[in-house]
Amino acid sequence: MPTATLAQEAVVMPTGAISLLWLTVLLPFAGFLFNGILSLRRSTSKAAVSVVGPAVLIAAFAVAVAAFFQLQGLHPEAPIVLRYWTWMPVGDFQIEMALQYDQLSAIMLLVVTGVGSLIHLFSIGYMKADEGYARFFAYLNLFVAFMLVLVLGASYPVLFIGWEGVGLCSYLLIGFWFTVKPNADAGFKAFLANRIGDFGFLVAMFTLYHVAGALDFVTVNQWLLANPQLVDTGIVTTIALFFFLGCTGKSAQIPLYTWLPDAMAGPTPVSALIHAATMVTAGVYLVARSNVLFAMSEAASIVVAGVGALTALFAATIGLRQYDIKKVLAYSTVSQLGYMFIAVGTGAYVAGIFHLVTHAFFKALLFLGSGSVIHVMHEALHATHSHADAQDMRNMGGLRRWMPTTFWLMLLATLAIAGIPPFSGFFSKDEILAFAFARGEASPVFYVFYGMGLLAALLTAIYMARLMAMTFFGENRTGAAEQQHLHEAPAIMTWPLIVLGVLSVIGGAINLPHFVGGNEWLHHWLEPVTGAGHALPWVAGLHLPEGATEYALIGIAVLVGVFGLWFGMRSTLARAIPTPDAAPPERGFARVLANKYWVDEIYDRFIVRPVVGLSRGFLWKFMDKGLIDGAAVNGPAWISRHVLGKAGSLLQNGQVGLYLIFFMLGALWILRVALG
Amino acid sequence: MAPDLLGPALALSAVLFSIGAAGVLLRRSAIVLFMCIEIMLNAVNLAFIALALLHGVAGHIMVFFVMTVAAAEAAVGLAIILVVFRHKQSVDLQHVNLLRG
Repeated sequence: MPTATLAQEAVVMPTGAISLLWLTVLLPFAGFLFNGILSLRRSTSKAAVSVVGPAVLIAAFAVAVAAFFQLQGLHPEAPIVLRYWTWMPVGDFQIEMALQYDQLSAIMLLVVTGVGSLIHLFSIGYMKADEGYARFFAYLNLFVAFMLVLVLGASYPVLFIGWEGVGLCSYLLIGFWFTVKPNADAGFKAFLANRIGDFGFLVAMFTLYHVAGALDFVTVNQWLLANPQLVDTGIVTTIALFFFLGCTGKSAQIPLYTWLPDAMAGPTPVSALIHAATMVTAGVYLVARSNVLFAMSEAASIVVAGVGALTALFAATIGLRQYDIKKVLAYSTVSQLGYMFIAVGTGAYVAGIFHLVTHAFFKALLFLGSGSVIHVMHEALHATHSHADAQDMRNMGGLRRWMPTTFWLMLLATLAIAGIPPFSGFFSKDEILAFAFARGEASPVFYVFYGMGLLAALLTAIYMARLMAMTFFGENRTGAAEQQHLHEAPAIMTWPLIVLGVLSVIGGAINLPHFVGGNEWLHHWLEPVTGAGHALPWVAGLHLPEGATEYALIGIAVLVGVFGLWFGMRSTLARAIPTPDAAPPERGFARVLANKYWVDEIYDRFIVRPVVGLSRGFLWKFMDKGLIDGAAVNGPAWISRHVLGKAGSLLQNGQVGLYLIFFMLGALWILRVALG
Repeated sequence: MAPDLLGPALALSAVLFSIGAAGVLLRRSAIVLFMCIEIMLNAVNLAFIALALLHGVAGHIMVFFVMTVAAAEAAVGLAIILVVFRHKQSVDLQHVNLLRG
């Protein structure tokens, strides 16, 4: 319904950088083609890949920055929609290949290209010895291209292209070292979990089309605002919940989170870019983008916040007892994504995006820092032909002596994620908790979510302190011979870390709250996008607590963070840490945590195996082999051969006399017919 | 030929044709079968001649065609029988069953 939408779109014809936005998608895609072709050649030129791979990202980032400043000048109330061609004309329904540029897209675009550029640069150092160097950059470029389609798409179907595309790249990159079976399995698992979520996304999209007759964001929002009575029919809640099922798959929430920890099988820059900073936040982006839809349904929003709170707490407890440095960070990511869903479920869409941005900074830094550690550990262990696990924190210890830059940067990120002021994570996490607390006044269940969030914040500080203590403090456990080979990571790997470190520290500046003299810039910036959702009855009236309550909440949050860090550090360093082969078996609740509550085993026992059993026993053995192959295909063949064939061969007995009899009978019959 | 001979001529033709057909169906020897076919052809010839009384000279002409074809057929057919005999040392058609299914 193009005529209806025109009024709501910006009338300004985009010029300058905004009209060049398609470049941000096509540049990484061109990089993918270039690196992909190089990777197919046997002798690849690493130099060309090292230049082109990151360069396309930096160029895209430059366009994003220019477009951002142009948008800041315009500051339109309505999104700028750039139409390119009609993708699917179906009767009078048309899906256009269009990009939407508004304040939310601008933020996401900056994060994806900015953090993406840094991670691409880091990868030059991290992957330099890998055989699949060109292939790695090809996949990484392709991922960014799809991610930008996701954040720039002007309608759900276009967003879905990106949604599926990043899932594909995630699969390809998790299984990047596919010659090792567990890596390929992890990719497969991620793909399957995401398919379940995608099913939800598709159902939501079809339902939305069925009732609204349109799928582009502008028209859908108009339609929703024009039909507030729809809430009572439950259709809005249904659509929102199916979209959220998609989010639980992509953003690793309960019940579909299990793929993300396994996704750490991929190279560490992939974990940083895809499985921490960008792709997994797509679900949060989707809810913020559909803020009108979610704000209309209180029930759906409570489910979103509840699942987020549960995931935040649940994943944080598992993180307490992991020894693989990347697994700790993976569960931390799941937990922090839960925070973002608490925010968007509370109706604090800006707070969710705020935490998305700061999390992208400090979690990318943590992952890249752990990547540096793993890189150095791997080289040291490789030099002495040791088979110890380069990712197991029990093999590390005292690394700050050899890797001071990495140590200090990771310490900054740890302080940020633990919510210590004035680091970025403090502002974003505090805002989420404050909003959840404020919402409790209207719906008391949010007090529970607040409590869970606060507890998760405590656990976050503890497991991060434990990670730092086991990796950088105490005695070194790598081994005397290996110690000779420990050193700081190369400059190409530390420089992106330094940039991310600065961002982790000052990232909170984009949304400084009033109590430190800020003006909540991000709130004002995103107002045109989230304003409609914020104005709806269920969300309207949600304000940050003020005065004594505000300071009390901040005080509690900071106390929790500081105590958690102190406790985590102290309890980890209190005893000598045994190396993996000397470690005693876990006991009690620690055993439950070390085994991740046996969730994978439970899924395996109650979902995977019954499904596989059903598929094998019924669908394969009975339906496919029995009914289709047996009855439908081999059945007629058997009848032809053993019944019709037998009868036919009896007629053909080689006796001319018999043939003549038939001939005669036939002649008589024709005669009879001819004579009437 | 007098018109009143038409009925007996056709009757004789039918009898001859039936004898020939029965022979073709029942006898085993290829030579006899061949002769029975000749009897059938000649029965048809007789019918043509008889019916020419009513329908003009076309019947006579057709007889010549039939005789020509019969001559050609006899040449080919006897040649085939000769080859079969050389191969099988017999002209019994029951033994010639290489193409049975």
